[in-house]
Amino acid sequence: MPRQVIRDGQVRDDTWEMLDPREGESPETVPLPAGPLAVPLAVWEPRREELLARATPLGVRLEPGDDPARIAPDLARLALVCIHFPRIADGRGYSSAWLLRRRHGYAGELRAVGEVLRDQLFHLARCGFDAFVLREGADPRAALSAFADFTEAYQWSADGRGPGLRGREAHAGEPARG
Amino acid sequence: MYRYDAVDTALVAQRVAQFRDQTRRYLDGDLSEDDFRPLRLQNGLYIQRHAPMLRVAIPYGILSAAQLRRLARIAREHDRGYGHFTTRQNLQFNWPALAAVPAILAELAEVGMHAIQTSGNCIRNITTDHFAGVAPDEAVDPRALAEILRQWSTLHPEFAGLPRKFKIALSGAASDRAATLLHDIGLHAARNGAGELGLRVIVGGGMGRTPVVGHVVREFLPWRDMLTYLEAILRVYNRHGRRDNLYKARIKILVKALGVEAFRAQVEAEWGHLRGNESTLTDAELARVSSHFAPPAYEPPSDEDQALAFQLAGDPAFARWAGRNVHAHRRPGYRAVTLSLKRTGVPPGDLTAAQMETVADLAERFSFGELRVSHEQNLILADVRERDLLDLWRRARAAGLATPNIGLLTDVVCCPGGDFCSLANAKSLPVAEAIQRRFDDLDYLHDIGELDLNISGCMNSCGHHHIGHIGILGVDKNGAEWYQVSLGGEQGLGARLGQVIGPSFRAAEMPEVISRLVGTYLAHRHEDERFVDTVHRIGLSPFRAGVYGEAREAVHA
Repeated sequence: MPRQVIRDGQVRDDTWEMLDPREGESPETVPLPAGPLAVPLAVWEPRREELLARATPLGVRLEPGDDPARIAPDLARLALVCIHFPRIADGRGYSSAWLLRRRHGYAGELRAVGEVLRDQLFHLARCGFDAFVLREGADPRAALSAFADFTEAYQWSADGRGPGLRGREAHAGEPARG
Repeated sequence: MYRYDAVDTALVAQRVAQFRDQTRRYLDGDLSEDDFRPLRLQNGLYIQRHAPMLRVAIPYGILSAAQLRRLARIAREHDRGYGHFTTRQNLQFNWPALAAVPAILAELAEVGMHAIQTSGNCIRNITTDHFAGVAPDEAVDPRALAEILRQWSTLHPEFAGLPRKFKIALSGAASDRAATLLHDIGLHAARNGAGELGLRVIVGGGMGRTPVVGHVVREFLPWRDMLTYLEAILRVYNRHGRRDNLYKARIKILVKALGVEAFRAQVEAEWGHLRGNESTLTDAELARVSSHFAPPAYEPPSDEDQALAFQLAGDPAFARWAGRNVHAHRRPGYRAVTLSLKRTGVPPGDLTAAQMETVADLAERFSFGELRVSHEQNLILADVRERDLLDLWRRARAAGLATPNIGLLTDVVCCPGGDFCSLANAKSLPVAEAIQRRFDDLDYLHDIGELDLNISGCMNSCGHHHIGHIGILGVDKNGAEWYQVSLGGEQGLGARLGQVIGPSFRAAEMPEVISRLVGTYLAHRHEDERFVDTVHRIGLSPFRAGVYGEAREAVHA
């Protein structure tokens, strides 16, 4: 069965190839499969020119400690950014997503992968993720209701939702930046 | 106090529904123990020695009488008839059944309460001065800013997986009654020379295994920038705080590793991007929230207020209570009153359901239906008419809530310790009780004067032993419970961390150890000098000699 991804509130078959070099494989020499391909930052940085020369869609996968600023100049060329959650409790990826959306203006697909379960989805979506691959074995269809867990928000975030008309409507600042 | 509107009500109800579903999936076996743990922790639910422990949030320590009655009902129906007030102004139930927790949360939601983020690696309950709004030394009432912080931090999506727990305290008075220098972030609200409202921002304080007094990162932050600046701090911490070692994961370790200047530079650089964005506070928002904290309908002073002086003169026991448990108020004819939860024989901070109902009645009769929880684990009626004090005292005394010991040795701050908590190395409650029994003579207790005694059952320091004038820490040595004593800790703007005096003691020795420390103080004190000031003047040596002097070293590990 192909990998399932939650996107736009629906479960779809994933069309992306995820490059994950095995132990002993060098980022500089690992073979790059044809078709839409997402690679770790460790492969992206040494193979950038080669990858950008391909005619097929490109993606980059960030680990929690990878600074999103490192791919900021390339974001217009990327159709997918994956942020890996190695553990549920490691919340660095939330900030990475926020920065990609708000600081670096990334508008393409932003996908949470790894230890991702139903109960993180609401917060992940608020931070700017719009695609989610759950931990292997978890049922994505059973997780769709998570996006409706809350109808209100107490704070602004990258999803553009905020506390609404609770005395802040008079704000005259620049809403699109961060 | 803050009253929920439709937004608050919906949000808390939805959180209850979410947790009910999570609990159901766990009990059905759809969620593993490991996957359920962070979910329950972010909702205040621990698995303890005997049963789950549910920690209920009391935002900045303020409660209504109706809320306290609801806590009483929950204590009676779902617990063993009591609750425990904590050093972070919250309330813990020690005996609820896991399956009942969603129902308890629904009952809390009906009165505008919840358990959101009372544990777990997230932003915890915002705490503040328990005399907020009534203290004569207050420059800025911190309650509206505290409520704004509560809302901002509640279910903040970006900071749901921090390296470690994160505690914020806020104060607006000349004296710091919220231990702001010992929090991950401490905020001092004040007005500058131009009359503008702003905040001194202190970062990286804390107790625990590595106690540190916080560092001033910004001297004056305009209040409108409060949330953007805190987001900058939290983002720097979330991205760069250590995650490889539980004991090095608090923000104080990051500040120490980077150095204050480099940490400040990172925060300021991040804030440069955020300043002025839509999280910037507005006059309208501050006005909206402040309207919830308008002064109550105080009555003007009257001739009847004069009665207090005669009442005090006519009843020494009442006068003794008034001398310790009654505090100045900014409004003529009013006082703030502390109801002591430190009666000997009762675990510090514990209150029975019947007592909760009595306190709710007292709050309604004497203090506009509101009360506060202090971080010293007592309850405060903040707005009591002077002419009502005698009546209030009689009723409080009948309920066991008028022990005249606020700020004295028997007003022990103490965690639940090894009797309940699975983290504890040692029991703390029996030690507290044994010391209280040793000092049960009120004349002697009052003669000793101000003395903060803090007891923690482990390094997590929930009993704040680092800032006790006398601090006691339970330690484990080869499976046996021992107690380490420190002296000279102090809360407030001059916060200091206590110093360990020497080898630790067995539980049975502790009352005698405290007696000897007090004896050394009494022998050396100058007139009107507090215990802690004598410690700082003469140093630890005389106290060490008083405790260890007789060749008892043999019994010490």
